[in-house]
Amino acid sequence: MTTATLPTRRDEAWRYADMDGLKRLGAAALDQWQAIDVPAGENLTRCLVVGSNAPEVQRLRVTLGEGACAAFFAVNRGGDYTRFEVEVRLARAAHFEFGGVTIGGAGVTREFVTQVTHAEPEATSNQTIRAVHWAGATGNFLGEIKVARHAQKTDAAQDFKGLLLEAGASANAVPQLEIFADDVKCAHGATVGELDEAARYYMMARGVDPATAQRLLVQAFIGDAFVALEDEAERERLLDAALAALEGANL
Amino acid sequence: MLEITNLHASVGDKPILKGLTLSIPAGEIHAIMGPNGAGKSTLSNVLGGKPGYEVTEGSVTFRGEDLLALEPHERAAAGLFLGFQYPVEIPGVSNVQFLREALNAQRKARGQEPLSGGEFLKLAKDKAALLKMDMEMLKRQVNVGFSGGEKKRAEMVQMGILDPAFAVLDETDSGLDIDALRIVGAGINSIMRAPDKAVLLITHYQRLLDVVAPDKVSILAGGRIVETGGPELALRLEAEGYDAVMA
Repeated sequence: MTTATLPTRRDEAWRYADMDGLKRLGAAALDQWQAIDVPAGENLTRCLVVGSNAPEVQRLRVTLGEGACAAFFAVNRGGDYTRFEVEVRLARAAHFEFGGVTIGGAGVTREFVTQVTHAEPEATSNQTIRAVHWAGATGNFLGEIKVARHAQKTDAAQDFKGLLLEAGASANAVPQLEIFADDVKCAHGATVGELDEAARYYMMARGVDPATAQRLLVQAFIGDAFVALEDEAERERLLDAALAALEGANL
Repeated sequence: MLEITNLHASVGDKPILKGLTLSIPAGEIHAIMGPNGAGKSTLSNVLGGKPGYEVTEGSVTFRGEDLLALEPHERAAAGLFLGFQYPVEIPGVSNVQFLREALNAQRKARGQEPLSGGEFLKLAKDKAALLKMDMEMLKRQVNVGFSGGEKKRAEMVQMGILDPAFAVLDETDSGLDIDALRIVGAGINSIMRAPDKAVLLITHYQRLLDVVAPDKVSILAGGRIVETGGPELALRLEAEGYDAVMA
């Protein structure tokens, strides 16, 4: 039995976390890991909406067999602290796809934390994270990619973009790459910006009101995270869950 | 329809328009020509309500209403269309989605029922055909990957769909080859040449005016209208240049 203690900011993985939210959640909740096994050659797709009016932390450990494929698409929203964490181990030629959106205002903290281990050769992974925040809120993405010594022909990509709708909101991206093989491709990018005012004005000049223009631009921005999701109904559900957070944002 | 009186406007601290007065009644196509830096684009931006342009003096009345008191989207709903010199790319938003939102927002502001998806697509198809634009292009993202000419044609398709009472077209002819110029010019005639509509056509060249025959031509220089005449004024400018005509 483990003694449950709360992490501190000195732990790299919890550096930007909402410590007050964690305290209210309780240390025991952090010990809850959900294990998911995807056997060789099989496919798994999961769509999740994380967040409510209480702190919420979800932690997954995913193991992919040879040639298996797992895709997770998540929206991180709600009225309190949210953190969605995935640890993935990829066997030969497996693929991990992750699309995540953090969205919110009202000073909340949202986190995606991924650790993707390419344990065997020829596995691929692709992560697309979009963060949209305002009113003092924070979106964090901590993404670690580990490539084992023999995991040649690994192809891993990580793409983070933050959109801050107001001054005072923030976004943190912490890519970490640990590569022990020499014939690999690991790409990562992170940018943070503001709403495209030229696009907003263009839309308004055509009669679109400012709130709708903003919603369309945010929708386009976060849509990148769900491009790989083929199920159109699920994609709509996730987009709606994310965009609902904008309602009443008073921007 | 549009009354501009003694309009002064600045960008930052720099005054650009310095007492511009211009009246455009319904049924008129009025071309504005002028040397670089005269304030042509500033005029179009001020009429559209672009952020960063400050009106320091004067007034603009559109169909009896104070245009400058309206937000850009309210100006559009009031019947004003602004053809952009540099149409903006909007990745991730399709033309169809954008224009349906825009049209229905305008209809809502005017107390009209929104168009259904089917009704809208039929309208979009008609207007795209008018500008000889493939409907497939309208399903693509707004202006993304469009050539300069395609962007300008797409602007005119937008104008056709939104069916404004007044259009300010800022160098709609720039970047067009000869065939595209004819198509765009014919589009302007077909959409805007009507007794209850009017156009302010900003251009550098006579060649657009060969297709869209203006009723009046004004020269904008130094932030003011310095001369107004009939179509022959544009021909004189083309032949002699600004310096000679304004001297």
